[in-house]
Amino acid sequence: MRLKLATLALGAVMAAAPAMAEITMSALSYRTGPYAANGIPFADGYQDYFTLLNERDGGIGGEMINLVECETGYNTEKGVECYEATKGEGVLVYQPLSTGITYQLIPKATADGIPMHTMGYGRTSAKNGAVFPYIFNYPANYWDGASIAITHIANEEGGDLTGKKIALVYHNSAYGKEPIRTLESLAEKHGYELSLLPVDHPGQEQKSQWLQIRREKPDYVIMWGWGVMNQVAVQEAVNIRYPMDHFIGIWWSGSENDVLPAGDGANGYKALTFHNLGDDYPIYADLKTHVVDTGKAAGAGDQLGTALYNRGMYAAMLAAEAIKTAQEMSGESAITPAQMRDGMENLEITEAKMAALGLPGFGPEFKVSCENHGGDGYGAVAQWDAAAGEWSLITDYYQSDQEILAPLIEEDSAAYAAEAGVEPACN
Amino acid sequence: MLYREAGDFKTSYAEDSQTFPIKFDRWRYYAVLAVAFGVIPFFINDYWVSAIFLPFLIYSIAAIGLNILTGYCGQVSLGTGGFMAVGAYACYKLMTAFPDISIFFHVILAGGITAGVGILFGLPSLRIKGFYLAVATLAAQFFLVWIFNRVPWFYNYSATGQISAPERTVFGVKVTGPETDAWATYLFCLVFVVLVAWLARNLTRGTVGRKWMAIRDMDIAAEIIGVNPLTAKLSAFAVSSFFIGIAGALFFAVYLGAVEVGEVFGINKSFLVLFMVIIGGLGSIFGSFAGAAFLVLLPVILKNLLVGTLGWPTDLAAHLEFMIVGALIIVFLVAEPHGLAQLWRVAKDKLRLWPFPH
Repeated sequence: MRLKLATLALGAVMAAAPAMAEITMSALSYRTGPYAANGIPFADGYQDYFTLLNERDGGIGGEMINLVECETGYNTEKGVECYEATKGEGVLVYQPLSTGITYQLIPKATADGIPMHTMGYGRTSAKNGAVFPYIFNYPANYWDGASIAITHIANEEGGDLTGKKIALVYHNSAYGKEPIRTLESLAEKHGYELSLLPVDHPGQEQKSQWLQIRREKPDYVIMWGWGVMNQVAVQEAVNIRYPMDHFIGIWWSGSENDVLPAGDGANGYKALTFHNLGDDYPIYADLKTHVVDTGKAAGAGDQLGTALYNRGMYAAMLAAEAIKTAQEMSGESAITPAQMRDGMENLEITEAKMAALGLPGFGPEFKVSCENHGGDGYGAVAQWDAAAGEWSLITDYYQSDQEILAPLIEEDSAAYAAEAGVEPACN
Repeated sequence: MLYREAGDFKTSYAEDSQTFPIKFDRWRYYAVLAVAFGVIPFFINDYWVSAIFLPFLIYSIAAIGLNILTGYCGQVSLGTGGFMAVGAYACYKLMTAFPDISIFFHVILAGGITAGVGILFGLPSLRIKGFYLAVATLAAQFFLVWIFNRVPWFYNYSATGQISAPERTVFGVKVTGPETDAWATYLFCLVFVVLVAWLARNLTRGTVGRKWMAIRDMDIAAEIIGVNPLTAKLSAFAVSSFFIGIAGALFFAVYLGAVEVGEVFGINKSFLVLFMVIIGGLGSIFGSFAGAAFLVLLPVILKNLLVGTLGWPTDLAAHLEFMIVGALIIVFLVAEPHGLAQLWRVAKDKLRLWPFPH
């Protein structure tokens, strides 16, 4: 009857799903809209890594991977539609790649029992796995980012930030507001003065914010931007001759797209990162042989080696490793989302594992547990070299200020638990 | 043939001025209601409800609201997104402040609060018209979004500025929050749609609606024959905002569950609802439904067709979607500037004479 009704109403909507593979993964990507410039490389990297596993290894544990891509345009409504449209196909894990969509999906995914991996974005307090059993945000989150930026500034200033002025230029949305609480707590500890400069979606208009920066002359500017907002901010900073090495972006403000339009002026701009950069890794040889040369590369195939391509690949790698862990734990190759969740909760990334995958030293080592869904908060600072046209790490990976962050995460997740009626439990 | 009037006798004025004067239309209307209430809830699933039915129902309410203002009263408004935001935030504040009161009343109260805000922003309409009024309501759109982003009281001081709907029930059935059943949210919205459409239809064919239309057609003439422009215009703003507020409350609480004002209730939403009204047909309740269906369903159908069936890359499909929807809008408006409702009216008239035209 339902089918009849459906065909009567709109036959085309009941479009046939792609051929069912044993392991289904989703990519909620955005290759269109104001954030496309940054959405495309990530989506390409994510897709190419799974293509590589399919082509080279015949999938994971003998199971081919079926990647279902759905275009969200960074739009929450479309993201929800994508989630509902694909969840029936047995998707193992969702990576919404948008803090707004993440907030939307946290309760839904938890109710449906499908894990979600929000790598370096999303709701920070989801690190507390006792309250958010299905949400993972390893290896680092926004509050780690905020803390790492402040630590870096403190190192530059010889350890003392008293009386310094730091400005936060942020996307006026859940994403951009996320670090404010941490930066305020850190300001109490270190004694710097924080000024907040919101920029409205999509971020092309920032003249007044940068005029304010020119007037107030903050010692450092931290930026939480994404998409077109980054390019504009870097250009504006160049225009007011702000010292670029005192301008630090979060990891989502650190791609080639963000600095190239400003040309040489962008030289010295810094951005955080939780994984390594460039294409000097053995895996790129495999990618070339099995994916690029066979014409199976995602998109235009021109993004290999860029910062966000690497990040997409890293996200796919972490997902693939969690699938392997889940397969080992359950002894089955065709795992369910529930088994995937267990695999993610028992994931351990070591240097040996990364080296075996052709990515030696690519990211920090970490181990996930029920109490800690967010890794250990290691990050590094990268700097843009305009002449060479590449990002390079200028610091080691170092940890965020856990002393400040742990109570904040405890407090925020407890508030969520009370609001949503969740009984925190680790068993 | 289907639309024959032979044998359909009317013996009173009430019968003669009913909404569906033709017997077939009347029965069709009851049949649609019966299917909507009695059949669909049993077969609906999460995908159908969240991708198709909820957006369609909620945008229909918003389109009816805007149609009253723009279509019936002739006051162009670009503030729909802002007024929807008022409904959403009012509903959120009420839900969190009075958790024991049924969500049903919260939604209606949210509509009431939006009506108040609508009257406030409708005041300029007494002095300005047309494009100038559109700009004034545009200011309302930006101001409202800005204030909901700016004042932490509206989002209960949450760290991210997002509002999320706590779990609320109607007769013990969950209609908000993550654990809802598809049929429950669907029925909850459907009840509002039916109430709103019934109310709107009856308002627009009574004294109030005639006053609105008189103002729309020629305000000076209307004033001369005794229509008070102040009450007529402000009542149109109030009723319209009331419906739009209900739509905003449902959009936030039932459909999305969590909302970020800048993205969800931005200027794009105002345009979307305005397009629905224009494509559906100005000054028609049926047109509001047709317009909402057109703009909600078409992208979903195209996406499923291009990506799901033909297997095209998602970005190519997304771009083509814009082009096809845009082209269809132009074609529709060139072929029939009065929208889908007028097409339907013409088709009906032809069918009434078929197969023997004059």
